Amino acid sequence: MITLRLILAALAFAAAASVSAVEYNQFLADKSTLSFVSRQMGVAIDGRFRKFVATLAFDPARPTAARARLDLDLASIDAGSQDADDEVVGKPWFNLKAFPTASFVSSAIRPLGGDKFELAGKLTIKGKTQEISAPFTFRQDGSNAAFDGAFTLKRLDFGVGDGVWSDVSTVANEVQIKFHIVAAPVAARK
Amino acid sequence: MPDTRYTLTAIVLHWLMALLLVGLFTVGLYMSDLPLSPQKLKIYSWHKWAGVTAFTLVLIRLTWRIGHRPPALPAMPGWQKAAAHGMHHLLYLLMIIIPLSGWLMSSAKGFQTVYFGVLPLPDLVHKNKELGDLLKTVHASLNYGLAALVVAHFGAALKHHLLDRDDVLSRMLPFLAGSR
Repeated sequence: MITLRLILAALAFAAAASVSAVEYNQFLADKSTLSFVSRQMGVAIDGRFRKFVATLAFDPARPTAARARLDLDLASIDAGSQDADDEVVGKPWFNLKAFPTASFVSSAIRPLGGDKFELAGKLTIKGKTQEISAPFTFRQDGSNAAFDGAFTLKRLDFGVGDGVWSDVSTVANEVQIKFHIVAAPVAARK
Repeated sequence: MPDTRYTLTAIVLHWLMALLLVGLFTVGLYMSDLPLSPQKLKIYSWHKWAGVTAFTLVLIRLTWRIGHRPPALPAMPGWQKAAAHGMHHLLYLLMIIIPLSGWLMSSAKGFQTVYFGVLPLPDLVHKNKELGDLLKTVHASLNYGLAALVVAHFGAALKHHLLDRDDVLSRMLPFLAGSR
């Protein structure tokens, strides 16, 4: 088995320069963005997280074997205004003292045809975990790969914005999350 | 005999806007120092919606004014007539640029104005913190200017009514509208 693996690895390495069997697993933080759209009084407000790390391995030839993990520093939020940034630190929102980070861990990735895929996994915010799934596209961007996707979560499922803020007519329950992850390739070693 | 009173339309628009502007000013003053809360977001939205309403009304009012000359002023010194005309021009100017400055400020601060949560107004400027802070100062300063002018306008009307005993105030009073 070991020899077979070595031969496969050598073949894969040789093929890497030309076409497939390329595994994208080097997260490029400066090229990636994690943004969201919340709604206040019916008005869309753009926000983003400045600090997050994706750990991923994606070979377009073997998408079902791909995996991804995302860890984000909730304090790095830009919620659209200074008022909002100061507010979301507190207990009703993210309760940053107790829960400084949020994470996503993939459980399955399935191809939807063409450059479209679906990512499923567990999202944990404020100590609460929910199953989510998000469609995304894979695109080659020079020698890198760009993954773009979006999904909508309900903030109250995670207890984000409870108390007076649970009035969803002021701040909507639905928050759209948009990710743009760029990763550099490293030749597959398996 | 020439008209000595404003038209009913002009009277209604005048007092409607007077109420709206006093309300907008008071709420604007109150809301800016509130800590963030759902209530604050609601008040801000209502302030913006009322501001858009005031802007629409002033355009209607200006159109009406252009089509219907106001009654001539009673006999008074020339400088008073000039002051009255100057004051009216300034009031109209501020009633137009104050809501505009609020709209631009809202866009610069990254909050689009959506009239009653239904009709989105375009963002004429991009989100820009420095511009947003500058426009906030502009919006507030213009409002203090308007408040001072309104006090002077009101004082002048009272002076005409109580001291000069002419019809400058009564020709704009709604409860006399039916008398002619």
